[in-house]
Amino acid sequence: MPVEVKLPQLGETVYEATVGRWLKRPGDRVERFEPLVELVTEKVNVEMPAPFGGRLVEILVPEGQTVPAGTPIALMEAAEPVTEPAPAEGRSAEERSLRLSPFVARLAREHGISLEDLERVPGTGAGGRITKHDLLRHLEQHRTPTSLETAPGKGEREDRLMPLDPVRRTIAERLSRSVREIPHAYALVEADVTDLVRYYERSREEFERRYEVRLTYTAFFLRAAVEGLRAYPVVNAQWTEEGILLRGRIHIGVAVSTEGGLRVPVIRDADEKSLVGIARDLDRLVRRAREGQLSLEEVQGGTFTLTNPGVFGSIWSMPIIYHPQAAILVTDAITKRPVVRGEGIAIRSILHLGLAFDHRVFDGEVAVRFLNRVKECLEAVEPVTR
Amino acid sequence: MTPEITAKPQHRSLGLSDEDVLNMYGFMVLARVLDERMWQLQRAGKARFVVSASGHEGAQVAMAWPLDKERDWFVPYYRSVAACLVKGMTPTEILLAVLAKATDPSSGGRQMPGHYGSPGLRILSGSSTVGTQYPHAVGIAYAAKLRRTPEVVVVSIGEGGTSEGDWHEALNFAGVLRVPCVFCVENNRYAISVPVRKQMAVDSVAARAAGYGMPGVRVDGCEVLEAYRVMKEACDRARRGEGPTLVEFRVERLTPHSSEDQQERYRPPGDLEASRQRDPLVRFGRYLRSVGLLDDARDRALWEKARREVDEATEAAERAPDPDPATLLRHVYQDSGPDRSTDPVYWISRE
Amino acid sequence: MPELRYLDALNRAHHEEMARDERVVVLGEDVGAKGGVFGVTAGLLDRFGEERVIDTPLAESAIVGCAIGMAVNGLRPIAEIQFADFLHPAFDQIVSEAARMRYRSNGAFGCPLVIRVPYGGAHGTALYHSQCVEAFYAHVPGLKVVAPSTPYDAKGMLKAAVRDPDPVLFLEHKRLYRTVRGEVPEEDYEVPIGPAVVRRPGRHLSVFTYGWMLHETLRAAEMVRPEGIEVEVVELRTLRPLDKVTVLRSVAKTNKALVVYEDNRFCGYGAEIAALIAEEAFEDLDGPVMRLGGPDVPAVPFARSLEEAWMPDADRIAQAIRRLARY
Repeated sequence: MPVEVKLPQLGETVYEATVGRWLKRPGDRVERFEPLVELVTEKVNVEMPAPFGGRLVEILVPEGQTVPAGTPIALMEAAEPVTEPAPAEGRSAEERSLRLSPFVARLAREHGISLEDLERVPGTGAGGRITKHDLLRHLEQHRTPTSLETAPGKGEREDRLMPLDPVRRTIAERLSRSVREIPHAYALVEADVTDLVRYYERSREEFERRYEVRLTYTAFFLRAAVEGLRAYPVVNAQWTEEGILLRGRIHIGVAVSTEGGLRVPVIRDADEKSLVGIARDLDRLVRRAREGQLSLEEVQGGTFTLTNPGVFGSIWSMPIIYHPQAAILVTDAITKRPVVRGEGIAIRSILHLGLAFDHRVFDGEVAVRFLNRVKECLEAVEPVTR
Repeated sequence: MTPEITAKPQHRSLGLSDEDVLNMYGFMVLARVLDERMWQLQRAGKARFVVSASGHEGAQVAMAWPLDKERDWFVPYYRSVAACLVKGMTPTEILLAVLAKATDPSSGGRQMPGHYGSPGLRILSGSSTVGTQYPHAVGIAYAAKLRRTPEVVVVSIGEGGTSEGDWHEALNFAGVLRVPCVFCVENNRYAISVPVRKQMAVDSVAARAAGYGMPGVRVDGCEVLEAYRVMKEACDRARRGEGPTLVEFRVERLTPHSSEDQQERYRPPGDLEASRQRDPLVRFGRYLRSVGLLDDARDRALWEKARREVDEATEAAERAPDPDPATLLRHVYQDSGPDRSTDPVYWISRE
Repeated sequence: MPELRYLDALNRAHHEEMARDERVVVLGEDVGAKGGVFGVTAGLLDRFGEERVIDTPLAESAIVGCAIGMAVNGLRPIAEIQFADFLHPAFDQIVSEAARMRYRSNGAFGCPLVIRVPYGGAHGTALYHSQCVEAFYAHVPGLKVVAPSTPYDAKGMLKAAVRDPDPVLFLEHKRLYRTVRGEVPEEDYEVPIGPAVVRRPGRHLSVFTYGWMLHETLRAAEMVRPEGIEVEVVELRTLRPLDKVTVLRSVAKTNKALVVYEDNRFCGYGAEIAALIAEEAFEDLDGPVMRLGGPDVPAVPFARSLEEAWMPDADRIAQAIRRLARY
C-alpha cells in the first residue's frame, strides 16, 4: 500500500517550497534518509531525505511547481512497515542496544555526535548494528545547519533558540576565555601594497600553473608575518604565570570561514617554508576546512594567528586573540585610495595591517615595530615572493 | 751454576727452539694463573660465572701452536682458554668477557664467559649448544678448500660433546668432502658428572675416526711435546690437502666443570688426586728442567710475570664500562642500527 | 618478456647469482646430479662443477651447520633442505647458531646464508611432506623469513636473499612450482625483502595472506565480487621483518580485516598479524579481526577425501569473507 510523502515545513516561516530536481525516478529503490528531491525556498535550498525506505512509486508534484508545506509530493512503497513517530511519553518498540565498533565510536566522537544522536542512526549491520557506512551516510545527510541558513527571517516576532553544535560551543568558550584573561591592546599601520598587487596580478597565473596550487594574498601575508615573527620573537609567545614562554617553532593558524563555522587550521613550521610551501599548505588546509575534513592535529598547536576579514570587505577590525597565543594579525581589505606621495597625490592600493596583542607579553612599541616589519616585507615585495 | 742436564732435548727434533718451549710453558703458566683469577673473581662475587680449564693447558697449547694467528681458524669450546691465548687473545680480553663488559671483544658482554670470538684472530664465536661448532668448522674448512688457500681449521670439544648428533654428522661430512680440518677432543673423562664409561661404549674417541674415513690418533694431552707432534702432523696433512684427522687428547680436569659444580661429590676417592699427579704444568716444568732450560729462580720469575700480567689485566677489565642498555637492540640484523629506542616497551608492539 | 613457471624463475635466479658471484655455492641432498627433487637446481652442477654444487649426506643439521661455517668464512651458501618437514633436525643450527651469530658476537660475525625449503600441502604429499613451518621460524629475531608466491617475486627475492648479509629462510610453497606462471624479466633485478604488496585493491574488507593461499584468496575475491563485496587482498611476501605500514594502511582504508593462512590456526603466523591489527588499528576496526587457518590436527592426511577436508581453499575463504562483510 503506497504511502504519501508530504512536503515538510522547512523553516519557521517557510510555508511553501518549489520542487527542484527529483533525485529518484519512479521504480527506484530508496533507502531511508537517502536524498529524494531538491526543494527550493526563498531562504534555503535543501535535499529532502526519504522519511522511510522502500520504492518510489509515483511523483505527484513535478519539477518547478510550488506547493504549500504538507502537500503530498510523492507516493512510496515502504520496504518495511513505517513506524509512526512515538507519542511524546514512552519509547516505541524495544530499545535497540547500541553496539558501536571502535571505528564507528571514533567517527562519532570526531564529529561530535552524541549517544542520543547515534540512537537515531539506522543500522544495516549484523543485528541492526550501525556500520561505518551507516554513520557516514548519516553524516552526509545531517550536516548541522549553519547560522546563515537558520537565521530567523524578517517579520520575526518571537524568540527562537538555535542549538549549539560542539564546534560552535568550543569556539565560544575559547573566545570568552581569551577576552576574560587577556588584556587586549591594538595597533594599526597602513601598508602601500601597490607593487604587491601589481606583482600578484602579473605572476599569479604562471605561479598557479607551475605549482598547481591556488595563490592568494593570504599566502603573502603569511610569508610577511613569518619575517615579522623572526624579527620579533616575543610576538610568537604566550603568557604564563612562570614567565613569558617564547615558542621555539612558528605554527601560524589561519582563520577560515566555512559553512560549519569558523575554523583555524594551522600551518606548521611556517618559517621553514617558502611562499610555494605556504601556498600549498594554505590551499590544502582551506580545502579540508571547507569540506569539514580537518583533523584535530590540523587545528592544534598554533603559536600565532592570521585573520583575513579583508576578503569580506572589512577595512578595520578588532579581532580576538586565539588563546593562549600572544597576538593575532589582521589584514583588512586592500582598497585603492588617493594618497600623498612626494608633492602630489597618487592612487595606491592600501592595506590595513592590524595587531591585537596581549599587553602583558609586550607593549605598543613592539607591536608597531612588528607591524612595520611585516609592512616592509609586503611593500618591498621581493622578501615575500621567496 | 749450570742446571744439570739430564735428558736429550727432544723438542728440537720437532722443530721447536728453546725459546719456543719456554714460551709454551709461559702460556701454560699464564693460562693457569688466569684460571685461578677467574675463580677468585667469581667466588668474590665480581664475576657471575666461570668455566675453568685447569689441566687442559698442555693439550691446548699444543693444538694452537701450529696455527698462524691470522690465517688459520680456531673453533673453540668453552674451555679453550689456553688455546685462545696462544692464538692471540690477551688476558684482558678474556677477563672483559668474564666481567661482561661493554668492550669485551668476544661478545660485548652478551655471552657468558667461555664464549670466545674474534674475527681478526679467526676465532669463531661459539654458543653453549655443545657440538654445533663441529659442522661450522667443516664449512669454514670447505670454504678454504674451495678458495685454494692454505689455511687449516682446528676445532675442539670435550668428550661429552662427541655424543651429539652434530659431532657425528660433521665428521661424516668432513670425511666425504676431505676438508682441511683437525678435529680435537679434550677427553678429561667427565662430562660435568657423567663419567666417560657412561658416555660411550668404546674406550677411545679416536677409534671412531675409522667410521668416518679419516685417521684417528689418541695422545696423552699432559705430555706437551707429544701432543704437539701429533697436532703438527695433523695440521700438515690438512695443509697438504690430505684431509681431516681426529685427535683425542687425554687430559685431566683439575677443577670442577664450572662455578656451579662441586666435583668432590661425584669423583671417586683418589681420582682427583690421581689427576693432580698428571698436572701438565708440573710435567712440562720437569722436562724443561731436565734439559736445562728451567730452574727454580726462572720458574718463580715466570710465575710472577704471569701474575703481574693477570693483575694488570684484572685492573683494566674492572675499569672498563658495563654495556649500555641502549645497545640492547643492536646487531639483530646487520641493518638494525644503533639507538633503535631506549624505551623498554618499544619491542612489545613494534619491529 | 618470457613467461616462466615459479620453479624456473627460481632456477634462473640460481644460475644468475652463481655466475655473478663466485662465492655463491649450493648444497643439499640431491641438488647436484639430480638437480633437486623438484628440479629447482637443475643444470647447476654441469655449469659450475662439483665444488660449488655439493650433493651432501643425509644430515640436515650438518647441512645447515656446514653452510653456517661457509658463510662465516666468506662464501654465500644456498642450503636446500628437501622438505620443510625435515627442517626440524636443523632447528638448533638455525635458531641457536645462524640467527644468533651476529647478536652474540656483538656484530663481529655475520651469517649471510640462505636456507631454501619447499613447504605446504600439495596433492598427496601427506603428513610429512606438507607442513607449514613459518610460525616456528618467523618467531626468531635475527632470522629473515620470506614466502614469495609469484615467479617474478621468486627470482627477485632469491637474489635479494643471496645478497642479504643475514640468514634468510626462503619458503617455497610446492604447489606453486609447476602451476603458477608469470612474466619474469631476463635481466638482473631484486625484489626487496620486507615490503608487502596490495595484489588487489578493494573497499569493503582487507585480506592478509601469503604463499599458496594468495592464489586461493584472489579466487575467493573474484567469487564475491558479483555479490557487491570488494575485497582488498594484501600479500605479505616477507613474514619477517613484517611490513606493518602496508597492513595498517589497508585496515585504515577498509576497516575490516581477515587473515588467511594454510598452517594450523592455533598459534599460527596469522595470529601475529591479527594481534598487530587489534593493537595498533583498534579505532579503525568496524568488525572483529578474523583468522582463517588450517584445522588443528597434526598435519595433512594422505587420502584425498581427508586432504580436501583439511585444506583451506577459495570456497572457504569466500565464506569467511562473506561472514565478515555482513557484520
